[in-house]
Amino acid sequence: MVMVNLWSSLSRFTGGETAVEVEAATVAGLLDGLKAAYPGLAPILDAGVSVVIDGEVATGRHASVADAGEVFLMQRMKGG
Amino acid sequence: MAKDELSEYRLVGTRPLRPDGLDKVTGRARYGADISMPGMLWGAVVRSPHAHARIVRIDASKAEALPGVKAVVTRADFPEGLTGENWNLQENTMAGERALYDGHAVAAVAATSALRAQEAARLIEVEYEVLPHVIDVDDAIRPDAPVIREGAADATVPEGSPPNVARYIEFGHGDPEAGFSAADLVRERSYKTEATHQGYIEPHACLGQLGADGKGEMWVCTQGQWFIRQMCSAVLGLEAAQLRVTPSEIGGGFGGKTTIFMEPLSLALSRKAGGRPVKIVMTRSEVLRATGPTASASMDVKIGMTKDGMITAADAEFRMQGGAFPGAPVDMALYCAFAPYKLPAAKHVGYDVLANRPKCAAYRAPGSPMGAFAVESLIDEMCRELGLDPLEVRLKNAVKEGDRASYGPTFGSIGLIETLEAVKSHPNLAQPLGPNQGRGIASGYWFNHSGETSVSLAISEDGTVQVSVGTPDIGGSRASIALMTAETLGIAYEDVRVNVVETGALGVNEPTHGSRATFASGKAAVTAARQAIAEMCRRAAADWGIDAEAVEWANGAAQPAGPNAGKFPPMGIEEIAAKMGSTGGPISGHHESVPEGVGASFGCHVVDVEVDPETGRTTILRYLVVQDAGRAIHPAYVEGQFQGGAAQGIGWALNEAYIYGQDGRLQNAVFLDYRVPVASDLPMIETEIVEVPNPGHPFGVRGVGETGITPPLPAIANAIEAAAGVRMRSLPMSPPRVLAAIKAAREG
Repeated sequence: MVMVNLWSSLSRFTGGETAVEVEAATVAGLLDGLKAAYPGLAPILDAGVSVVIDGEVATGRHASVADAGEVFLMQRMKGG
Repeated sequence: MAKDELSEYRLVGTRPLRPDGLDKVTGRARYGADISMPGMLWGAVVRSPHAHARIVRIDASKAEALPGVKAVVTRADFPEGLTGENWNLQENTMAGERALYDGHAVAAVAATSALRAQEAARLIEVEYEVLPHVIDVDDAIRPDAPVIREGAADATVPEGSPPNVARYIEFGHGDPEAGFSAADLVRERSYKTEATHQGYIEPHACLGQLGADGKGEMWVCTQGQWFIRQMCSAVLGLEAAQLRVTPSEIGGGFGGKTTIFMEPLSLALSRKAGGRPVKIVMTRSEVLRATGPTASASMDVKIGMTKDGMITAADAEFRMQGGAFPGAPVDMALYCAFAPYKLPAAKHVGYDVLANRPKCAAYRAPGSPMGAFAVESLIDEMCRELGLDPLEVRLKNAVKEGDRASYGPTFGSIGLIETLEAVKSHPNLAQPLGPNQGRGIASGYWFNHSGETSVSLAISEDGTVQVSVGTPDIGGSRASIALMTAETLGIAYEDVRVNVVETGALGVNEPTHGSRATFASGKAAVTAARQAIAEMCRRAAADWGIDAEAVEWANGAAQPAGPNAGKFPPMGIEEIAAKMGSTGGPISGHHESVPEGVGASFGCHVVDVEVDPETGRTTILRYLVVQDAGRAIHPAYVEGQFQGGAAQGIGWALNEAYIYGQDGRLQNAVFLDYRVPVASDLPMIETEIVEVPNPGHPFGVRGVGETGITPPLPAIANAIEAAAGVRMRSLPMSPPRVLAAIKAAREG
């Protein structure tokens, strides 16, 4: 199980929780697991988010979360 | 000793001439407006004079009857059914039912000359029904504000929110109320920043050609040719691979050229004109009225601090308007606002609000300067109240590797403390100040970004090397990529040519944005060079009749790896290249990825100002930028980025603002009235490069392009308070505003 830290305003889709556990080995599995457990998150996740694993933004859906010490969901990063 | 002399590398850290220098100083470089073609038409755009209006009727008959007019397009010429950001892009490119801001395109025309196209545009009759509008973010978030678009709110917005709230975010950690209770001083203040434009010298320009078969080409001034391709394809319903986009040289972008504005119009006009190419060059007024500025912001910040300067808790609510479409960078602003500080507890709330202004685009560290203005101003004010040194307080609370960031995750390798220590020991801090003079200090942060990256490298027949990259060179990336490639290959810098190529030549590349080009394209180029080295070692090994593993690469040549490999003279890259046709064919390297290992960059600025108490004018006396570059590949370009960020930030702080009339029309849509700083406004901006290498890059690179615009806003506000005794919490800090504050303070 991977503990995923959400931004707190997402807690209205997760029964008030700001950190939730999902069974996942990769970023893709993590996002799919979140959507399955909390369907209200689906449009937000589908619009694009950044998954930050141990302080670094994951570069793809295949990135492993199996050994992650810390996973955060953040708004999609971009720059100028 | 100068930093360059300390370098462990042969080329990295040196300052060779820029490869594009001669073209630019001789006028040979070709920018967007320099591209022309036989049979070319000129396009002109009809724009709404109203901030908000229903488009009742468009009659182009008089324009179409004008000799030389070849095509007119309106929204009816664009496909229907788009959703999400693609719809936003299409709606911003060409208004549908309503014009949403002053300058919104409502029709476009192509004719045989620029003058004829402009004349025809004036003959297109548009009947409007003017609607109530809203400009200011605090007005736009009111429950009774004119509604920009029903149903614009996404799933993040709680029910019952005001109608113009398009996105909502809230995050934090710890118990802020407990933190405030533990503080000796708690202060809460409100701040506002104006929307500002990126102010690039080169206006948007493109030449588009599109046939009835859906095949097209575009030459355009852009930060990202693949973004142009993808967005134009989506807006016009084209297959992406059928549109070939070639970037021109670019006269500045700063984030504003990562999206589309009139590019789809040139393609739509071309298609309607039988495939004749159509060139559109924006005027400065069009650039200011209709291309993306950054967002304006209204911010409330609360901080708790102990009497010895430890921050105990922080709370921020930011409201930002990014025009008539979602996309104000309120999330990034909140992520960056407290990033330099280790916070026991924090709460952040953000609203992305719609208003009748142009669709905002990215602008250098999008959002971060606004957040820094609020937070760094309040920290300075609290230091002043507690009698604390603002630099020491920043050091005391500074984040380091392993600390939890204010926005959640744990920091990897970062160089904030090293940056602050470098500031502390800089001689500028010991410079005496005179009457009406003051010193301000502020920190800033930007994440930096990776993104899709594809690079190819090919060895030429004479051993020189060409590198094809997909990231347009807006800040010296060709030089830095050439340096890293030459360093890796062991050859001369001058023997590497880096070309920015069109969309048909490489896999998808994200634009040059997010301070990513030197990091991402550079990292990919190094990997590609290593592939070519492996192949050249294999070719040498085959010639020598030994195993490839027994060959190593050093000083630009293949060499036996040790005495057991045999005695062979080094085989240089020139020799290997000269016979590659008979040893297996072309030698190249290629790498594509979304590179891992982005390194964030912190900076700290110190500014000395003098405020004229009679006029309110602020003069920048001295300016220092200190920033962590990880590793400066070409230090002159790094310094240029530091200086450029500071110059833009100074403009944002002191003068720049969009001024709207009561009618919602932009009143200062030329550079005479929209006041960007010019050389005579600024002293030489001093720089100091801090190098805490990024472990995620082969040479330690961190992006440096964006952080530098973040600290100037609060640093100057802090300096003005030190000089004039007035705290400015609203930008720009222009002479009339500063003078009014001084007078108000005098009157008590």
